[in-house]
Formats: sequence, C-alpha cells, structure tokens
Amino acid sequence: MLAYVIPLCMAIVGVAMVLNLLRLIQGPDMVDRVLALDTLYINALALIVLLGIWLASDLFFEAALLIAVMGFVGTVAVAKYLLHGDIID
Amino acid sequence: MSFWIEALICLFLIVGSLFALVGAIGLYRLPDFFTRLHGPTKATTLGVGGMIIASMIFFGSQGEGLSLHELLITLFLFITAPVSAHMLAKAAMQQRVKYIEKTQGKPWDQ
Repeated sequence: MLAYVIPLCMAIVGVAMVLNLLRLIQGPDMVDRVLALDTLYINALALIVLLGIWLASDLFFEAALLIAVMGFVGTVAVAKYLLHGDIID
Repeated sequence: MSFWIEALICLFLIVGSLFALVGAIGLYRLPDFFTRLHGPTKATTLGVGGMIIASMIFFGSQGEGLSLHELLITLFLFITAPVSAHMLAKAAMQQRVKYIEKTQGKPWDQ
C-alpha cells in the first residue's frame, strides 16, 4: 500500500510546488516572491522526507534539517533587507 | 510491517500532502499579500508536521526503537514559521504593499 501512496503524495506536493512557482513568477511585489520562496523550501523539505520514507533510509533527515535552517536564515535575511535596507545593523 | 501500521502511515502522509496542497492553493488564489500570508504559514507547517509524524511511525516500526529525532524538524518549523511570517508582514507594512478594500486595519496611518 505504501508503494502506491508515496508516489501519489509526491504528485500532490509537486502540484503544490508548481502553484508556488507560479506565484513566485507572477507575484506583484517583492514580499510575495519571498513568501513564495519560503513556501517552496518547506515543500521541498516535505518532498525530501517522502523520499526518505520511499528509500527507507535515515540519511535524508539531516538534509531536511539543513534545508529548514538555511531557508529560515535566508527568509529572515531578505525580510530584514527589505525592512532596513541593511542586513546587519 | 503490519497492515494497520502501514494504513496509519498512509493516512498521515495523505493528510500532510493535502495540507501542503491547500496551503499552495491559498498562496496562489487569495487576493492580496496580507491574506496570502495565511495559507503557507498555517497549512504548510501542518502538512510537514503530518509527514514527519508518518516518518516517525515508519522508522519506529523498522525495529530500532522509537525514533524521536524527526521531531527536531517539526519543532524548528513550528518555531520559525511565525517568526518569518511576522518579519515579512513588517516588511510589507513598511513598503505599503497594495491591499484590497476588505482587508481591515491600517496600522501605518496611526
């Protein structure tokens, strides 16, 4: 049963990522694009967790955690740049 | 792996991916930025949370005992998603992003 459900979930998350990508392309403002990138990395993290269950491998957990940390730092850096025009103040 | 554990994993996976899809639809369809902020920050963290719970049950049933270190990702996302949404909302308020008429509250006019 898991062999049918995991590709289905990958397809659903793929559709979600396509919608995020459309918002990333057509977003009218800068903050819209940053929000779309933020959602895109969370969905990529979900896809990596799915791949880890599919291959029954424990290695993908570290990659998912790294993507979570790096994505948060990137989002905060861009938001601070939009807020102050400067990242470190 | 027994049938019921596999069914539970499948249930959590499908619920999680549907939550991710709902968040993405909200991000794509809603009319202005301040309403668009709701979709990803609520639904997508719940979606990833469901998948992490499924992953915990899966690796816990592999026979190596309970694996709790997947909870780190959920904890980290549940802490960081409101923080990044708050900073994006502050940046949008400072840049005076356009909003529709029904969005209430104009904090930059006070």
